[in-house]
Amino acid sequence: MKQTVLQRWSAALAGLVMSGSVWAEYGINLQAPASKVASDVYHLHNMIMLVCLGIFIVVFGAMFYSLFAHRKSKGHKAAHFHENTTVEVVWTVIPFVILMGMAYPAAKVVIDMKDTSNPDMTIKVTGYQWKWGYDYLQDGISFYSMLKTPRDQIDNLAAKDETYLLEVDNPVVVPVGKRVRLLITANDVIHAWWMPAFAVKQDAIPGFIRDSWFKADRIGTYRGQCAELCGKDHGFMPIVVKVVSEADYKAWVASQKGAAQTASADNGKTFTLEEMRERGEKVYSANCAACHQANGMGIPGAFPAINGSKVVTGPIDDHIKTVLNGRTGTAMVAFGKQLSDADIAAVVTYQRNAWGNKMGDMAQAAQVAALKGGAEAAVAAAPAAPQ
Amino acid sequence: MSDAAHAHDHDHGHHHPTGLMRWVKTTNHKDIGTMYLMFALIMLFSAGTMALLIRAELFQPGLQLTNPDFFNQLTTMHGLIMIFGAIMPAFTGFANWQVPLMIGAPDMAFPRMNNWSFWLLPVAAIFLMGSFFLPGGAVAGGWTMYPPLFIQGGISYDLTILAVHIMGLSSIMGSINIITTILNMRAPGLTMMKMPLFVWTWLITAYLLIATMPVLAGAVTMLLTDRNFGTHFFNAAGGGDPVMFQHIFWFFGHPEVYILILPAFGIISQIIPTFARKPLFGYASMVYATSSIAVLSFIVWAHHMFAVGMPVTGQLFFMFSTMLIAVPTGVKVFNWVATMWKGSMTFETPMLFAIAFVCLFTIGGFSGLVLAIAPVDIQLQDTYYVVAHFHYVLVSGALFSIFAGVYYWLPKWTGHMYDETLGKLHFWLSAIGMNILFFPMHFLGLAGMPRRIPDYALQFTEFNQIATVGAFIFGFSQLIFVVVLMKSIKGGQKATNQVWEGAEGLEWTIPSPAPYHTFETAPVVK
Repeated sequence: MKQTVLQRWSAALAGLVMSGSVWAEYGINLQAPASKVASDVYHLHNMIMLVCLGIFIVVFGAMFYSLFAHRKSKGHKAAHFHENTTVEVVWTVIPFVILMGMAYPAAKVVIDMKDTSNPDMTIKVTGYQWKWGYDYLQDGISFYSMLKTPRDQIDNLAAKDETYLLEVDNPVVVPVGKRVRLLITANDVIHAWWMPAFAVKQDAIPGFIRDSWFKADRIGTYRGQCAELCGKDHGFMPIVVKVVSEADYKAWVASQKGAAQTASADNGKTFTLEEMRERGEKVYSANCAACHQANGMGIPGAFPAINGSKVVTGPIDDHIKTVLNGRTGTAMVAFGKQLSDADIAAVVTYQRNAWGNKMGDMAQAAQVAALKGGAEAAVAAAPAAPQ
Repeated sequence: MSDAAHAHDHDHGHHHPTGLMRWVKTTNHKDIGTMYLMFALIMLFSAGTMALLIRAELFQPGLQLTNPDFFNQLTTMHGLIMIFGAIMPAFTGFANWQVPLMIGAPDMAFPRMNNWSFWLLPVAAIFLMGSFFLPGGAVAGGWTMYPPLFIQGGISYDLTILAVHIMGLSSIMGSINIITTILNMRAPGLTMMKMPLFVWTWLITAYLLIATMPVLAGAVTMLLTDRNFGTHFFNAAGGGDPVMFQHIFWFFGHPEVYILILPAFGIISQIIPTFARKPLFGYASMVYATSSIAVLSFIVWAHHMFAVGMPVTGQLFFMFSTMLIAVPTGVKVFNWVATMWKGSMTFETPMLFAIAFVCLFTIGGFSGLVLAIAPVDIQLQDTYYVVAHFHYVLVSGALFSIFAGVYYWLPKWTGHMYDETLGKLHFWLSAIGMNILFFPMHFLGLAGMPRRIPDYALQFTEFNQIATVGAFIFGFSQLIFVVVLMKSIKGGQKATNQVWEGAEGLEWTIPSPAPYHTFETAPVVK
């Protein structure tokens, strides 16, 4: 890539700043870019900082000189000028010209950033309170990705890992050097998918799909976070992208497909109460505990308790339906499309038999599938009703 | 006008009430100005306490003092109360005290409405602060109130909408009063282009308030009906659009930014000439620059929304229009520096705050320019860089100008000079603390720390710790300010009429403290 003079200067300055080990560790500039767009943004920022620094030194150099030279204690007598049209015109025009010089390279990067055409692959990204869902449209892979940091570390009961709060159970995996188009949306409230190393930040808006793109230059693991306040656990929904070689990507796709088959096979199985409770506890802590709390007591006034809840201690079909379809107008989302039938059966079973709840009954995947089918059949039948 | 004059005569015939009822029933612009300023001070300390809780939580990674929900309540309420409870009422307090004194008017144009527009504020403040004690706690969706998140909350969200309505009502009435006073009640000979710059900036601010407060009221009313009456303005499932709220909100929100800073420009433009003993450089260009900032503020709103995914043309338009604002803002800074140039400067506390304002506000202006560049903003939107940016503009900008103004006019209000040593101590601790607090946030934002998070990754620890230390220095040094105020109210060296050697303008022709009624016969300005 041919560099302009300014780019070379800014790179030199950045290199100077980054060279000391202390600076590298503390990071006082944007993260090291891993795509061309991110690198353009990096240089654009350095250039603008240099211009600002120059103006600052000139203007405040003059001001501080004046503060020392033109003071009463030194016997300086005040001059009486208070108007000069030429000067006013000059300091209106010069900043305008400088701004035009900034606007041109910035506009080029904007246009490049917004050009999402000709992707090599497309991933649909969905924000949930509080996790991310990914669907690989060409390879047919779907999974959820949520915070992996154990609760003990957040509560200061265990030592924190190096990747504290920036680690997920299922990272996004993409091949290096491919144009990846992201279709970004959300399920509940607005989130924002942000990956600093690729300079991608796009709000995930429920009901609308926006797109963005990146082409990773280097193999590696990159970390980002949700960047739009999305409620209680906004700070706990990180994003991890693993950029791998083309061959590793193919192998990963194959392993994901195998895993998906195992999961769907579970839906056809029948489990014992003990197996269901064990599985359900894991599903609960991953999906429910953020609001309803690990002890099932919820947060009074915000999120209802599961322990002793009327739904949970009532008929099991209504309980399953609540988990499947959510509660409109509340933060309770419909888990029907997020969790497998076996997982829903497990979590319902767990909730009915945990803490003070001692219902003793259990759900099976087939029962969940039947209730799901019933709901879909009802929806399908609805348009026919008026005729 | 004749009504106002009548009410005024009426007042004269009787003794005005004393004790508490004096303050409840007063229609005197000085009393009301004092109440606005005291209210703002109380709110400053309330929201400041919240800020210290936030900074204490962020001193180290992990959750120590708060849970994530309470943390979000703190950040939301800190923002709402600082903006609507502290900064805006403080400026309105200055307008009440100073506009009639500076234009030679006996009082504000509508004294009874003036009383009402103040007394609405404590009601709104009680609603806001009280919502902490409601089930579910206070609002936690951010001061920007974005749906659909804002739709999810409990009763305190409706109460907050009501409070915003009440505060908007108060602002609109206050603005009508200020505009009418300035346009109709200037002393003979005081033409528009002879008005002190503080009066000019408030005139323009008042127009911005009248233009934008109804827009905010409309936006929050739509939130209210979405929440309670089944409308779908902001719900895509019902044909609405959550992004539409952001467009409406920021159409209010960006002019609001200038509502918070134009009166500050005015105060600084009074103070620098006084202590440089030299008239303001480029008075006319200051008026034009302020007006063009006000006009431009209506066409830049979507730069708050670069990350929502606008079309290329939208990104480019809002990027260019935002960059353009740097031109008139630059003109103001150059004019202030030119006013100091070849002056005969002394450095009393108001001047120190004014100089710090020019310097630090410009840092906020530069980070604003960086954020205006759309592709760079994509990296910095919703990070601590933005937090650093708007605190440089609002703390070392708006708040420092308020401190400067209070020190400048306090002798006129109380009749006593303040304690200069304590004032200088307050300045230096504030200026140093403020920079330790907010400067590292630029680095945090660049390195990738999102805002509004109660816990953070380990690489952000050091700068957060520095910021928290700065926060406590800055926060506790504000207690010195209260001591200075109390000392000056109680007693101290008698202030002369002119107070400052270089001060010029009508307010310095009346005795100190300003008598309860001033300019009953209009002064004549040559």
